[in-house]
Amino acid sequence: MPENLFKVNIEEYMLPGQRACQGCGLSLAYRYVLKALRENTIVTFPACCLTVLHGLYPTTSVTIPALNCTLASTAASASGLVAGLNAVNRTDITVVAIAGDGGTFDMGIQALSGAAERGTDFIYVCYDNEGYMNTGTQRSSATPMGALTSTTPVLTKQQPKKDMLRIMEAHDLPYLATTSPAYPIDLYDKFVKAKRIKGARYMQIAVPCPPGWGYAPKDTVRIGRLAVETGIVALFEIEDGKFRFTGRTKTLAEKGNKLPVINYVERQGRFRKMSIEQLRQLQRWVDTRWNEYLKRAEG
Amino acid sequence: MAEVQIMTGNQAAALGAKLSHVQVVAAYPITPQTSVTEMLSQLIEGGELKAEYIRVESEHSALAVCISASTVGARVFTSTSSQGLLYMHEQIHWAAGARLPIVMCCINRGVGAPWTIFNDQQDSIAQRDTGWIQIYCRDNQEIIDSIIQAYRIAESVYVPVMICYDGFVMSHTMMPVEIPDAAAVSDFIPPYKPHTILSPEAPMNINPVLFPWRRANTEGVLCDGYMEMRYKLQKALDESREVIASTSRQFAGAFGRDHGGMLWQYKTDDAEIILAGMGSVASEATMAADMLRSEGIKAGVVGIRVFRPFPKEDVRAAFRTAKAICVFEKGISYGYEGALCSEIKAALYGTDIRLPIHNYICGLGGRDVKARELAEAVRSSRDAIAAGDTEPVPKWLNCFTE
Repeated sequence: MPENLFKVNIEEYMLPGQRACQGCGLSLAYRYVLKALRENTIVTFPACCLTVLHGLYPTTSVTIPALNCTLASTAASASGLVAGLNAVNRTDITVVAIAGDGGTFDMGIQALSGAAERGTDFIYVCYDNEGYMNTGTQRSSATPMGALTSTTPVLTKQQPKKDMLRIMEAHDLPYLATTSPAYPIDLYDKFVKAKRIKGARYMQIAVPCPPGWGYAPKDTVRIGRLAVETGIVALFEIEDGKFRFTGRTKTLAEKGNKLPVINYVERQGRFRKMSIEQLRQLQRWVDTRWNEYLKRAEG
Repeated sequence: MAEVQIMTGNQAAALGAKLSHVQVVAAYPITPQTSVTEMLSQLIEGGELKAEYIRVESEHSALAVCISASTVGARVFTSTSSQGLLYMHEQIHWAAGARLPIVMCCINRGVGAPWTIFNDQQDSIAQRDTGWIQIYCRDNQEIIDSIIQAYRIAESVYVPVMICYDGFVMSHTMMPVEIPDAAAVSDFIPPYKPHTILSPEAPMNINPVLFPWRRANTEGVLCDGYMEMRYKLQKALDESREVIASTSRQFAGAFGRDHGGMLWQYKTDDAEIILAGMGSVASEATMAADMLRSEGIKAGVVGIRVFRPFPKEDVRAAFRTAKAICVFEKGISYGYEGALCSEIKAALYGTDIRLPIHNYICGLGGRDVKARELAEAVRSSRDAIAAGDTEPVPKWLNCFTE
């Protein structure tokens, strides 16, 4: 699909020298996020992998203005940017809050829910690498069942992943979308669309993490694709309440040929202690949600 | 022409914010601060104040909003009390570290557990080391005037200012307040000029990670490390003493009221024993001093108005001729003594001012502090000093300690 590639903004907002890990799913995603959002964007983010990516004072590899904030306050920080920019008559700037799953599913959920409920005019981006990766792979509420983390080092995580999309959808947002850096055009299109919409928009990016998940840095795109191929990650958007599959997920839903989760699980070191029962539960969890999505996509 | 109205401390605070032309307000209600948020909502929704009001879901977010809004160049205001202030604690450090001229009212209230909604100053005293300027007010007039002064101070030294006043004792007590002329206030506070504005025209990464050492920028120039930035914050607070004092003098010139700069004194010229405190307990002490004087005891009062930066030189001057000091505090540094008492003692260290300093912990959780109780405490301290008790442990005033 070369014509699809040509439509992507050629401007680069991430310069060489960014400090993320080799093969980082976030850095791949972030490049396309910024290309879609373009200039006249201000980002705010808490202590997380993105803080590391942006670099050490007094240099930075990102040309978009950025404001660091405390871990629990990402969405509130965005609220302050929106309010402050309105107060100084700068209404031409898109305010974007970005945090990982720790800063979103866990500590940041209060501020996020508050800002979403207030209808704050901003884009909230959660890059979900399924654990506290910046501090070295501890369990989060986004960690999938059966994964080893440094705080579930023996028994693996016993609970399924929190469904943050459902929580955010309950806020009646004008636009929500899931994306993956393994499908950059789908990601790009959704951020271009999100930028045009007013109000609180919630974007979740499923970002593979080589050191945290236990796979080789060269396999980030492969793992990202398998997550989608197995239905662990479903690519969709919800615009004004209307659910729609997109990209590869749409094809899988139409053809009914999604792969079993074992194809995804077996390639990652974090699942090496997963029991057969946990694997069954993970498959059931995926299938249940997949069937719900199918129903919604029809309706 | 300035107009006099009868109003509560919280009304005075909201009016002070309005007169200061704040552009963004974010606050979460908590007793006894609540009516500040209500009155500002009324002023903004009623069209009397052109500002953004963000009805946040928590105090942590309230200060987060102020921090970000200030970073893009807006003048911001918030207020809170007690648990709310403690919930903000991380952000309080962040605001000072980011050198943002935020003004916040702390309507002083005790902290749990167990619950109390009533006044003491443990909440703001616990924020002593956050890098904020702290001003303690003694009446409602001082609240409105201090907020106006606070913006001028904060925006010239790039340090946030906490205006502290006692819950209920001031927040809910009606007093006559002269409302400063709006045009004169606009003249007194120049427009806010941020030290750095975050904008797409000049992209930068604000408040990023620093490593322990200094690091070169792309031109090869070594830039501050974390420690240099912290030194600059300390230096700014040190230098703010003169700004606070001169702002107080200039305010007096413009509006006819001088609240004393770093501290105020009452009948201290010939005083042998000086009562010291902050906020309402210090104004109560002026009545106690009068009672003692009527008995022939030469008493005076020093009200510490600014607790951070601590007015070391002013304290030395104020207590130079005293024979004894009684420090009354609505808070304590548990395991030692009242924080103000420690600071006064430290300020006198290395001077030839050597005198007994007695510490009284009083009014915790709203326990009444009456002038006659303060006077009685001073009498007992005099007797103890006469008996040679120069270094007693803090006494708990009006508290059953048996």
